[in-house]
Amino acid sequence: MELSSRETWTVIHGLVLGTVFLLAFGGGLAGLWSLRPGFLTAAGIKERMRRLYVGTWVMGVTALLTVITGTWIVYPWYRVKLAAVGDSAFAGCAGLVVPGATCSPRDFLLSDVSGHTETWHEFGMEWKEHISWAAPILAITAAFLVTYYGPRLISRKWLRMAVIVMFVAAFAAAVVGGAFGAFLNKVAPII
Amino acid sequence: MTTMKHRDEGIAPELAALGLPDKPDGPGAAAMIAAGVGVFTLGLLTTLAEFWTGLSGFLADFQGSRGVGGLAGKSTLAIVAWLVCWGVLALLWRGKDFDLKLAFRIGLVLGALGALLTFPPFFTLFA
Repeated sequence: MELSSRETWTVIHGLVLGTVFLLAFGGGLAGLWSLRPGFLTAAGIKERMRRLYVGTWVMGVTALLTVITGTWIVYPWYRVKLAAVGDSAFAGCAGLVVPGATCSPRDFLLSDVSGHTETWHEFGMEWKEHISWAAPILAITAAFLVTYYGPRLISRKWLRMAVIVMFVAAFAAAVVGGAFGAFLNKVAPII
Repeated sequence: MTTMKHRDEGIAPELAALGLPDKPDGPGAAAMIAAGVGVFTLGLLTTLAEFWTGLSGFLADFQGSRGVGGLAGKSTLAIVAWLVCWGVLALLWRGKDFDLKLAFRIGLVLGALGALLTFPPFFTLFA
């Protein structure tokens, strides 16, 4: 069993960091949701808040690491132009069923040599690469608000809901990135 | 700028045992608005780069030799706008109160606009 350097980075970017992000989101959302008056003792609040601080910051930092590795390490392999020969932009993709040495994943999708795949890039990748950067901004902001207000979130329902909205919006942005990343890596894997 | 006195212990008596000092809302408001500014900057640059070739080239200059293209500039400038805005507002509103609901609404509108501007069916209208 072996993974190439590129496969290793796609695993780190999508699977490892993505899994940590998902776990931190689940724990963080459950913690925030149940942070209500009358639910916890003072000792319980202290214990709950420690977990919430760790969970929200782990989510924020993981989101940041995910977009940094995705943009600066994995994405260049996806978008490099390899297929152009003379006037033909995608000659290197002719006859291929997966991207290869003469046809990057982006080339492959845009060439439509394996069915109608252009929209995977034009819609899927274009949306994913941009909206994913909203995830760390929103997740780190939510983590800051949780840390700054701490147990006061229990008594301020409106503020707690505002933090939850940011937290869920960060997750939604990451879902767009993660889901399209998984599909794109299925249709046009980085090899 | 408003002045508020929070009554957390009145709503959640269990907080009294923790002896929490009251905190001003200025830093929280700064974080909310800055997040909206960051996402809006990301969306604005994404849409502008579709039809403004000069900007598109400028954004691509951020990639160095990495082959990231314009995304390098869009993401870098969005993060810079977010952090600078956060830093400036946090400094201005340190120790002060600000209407948090207003700050959240401003951040929400900016964030929603930013998200729309990163949506391909929308930004390709300008291509």
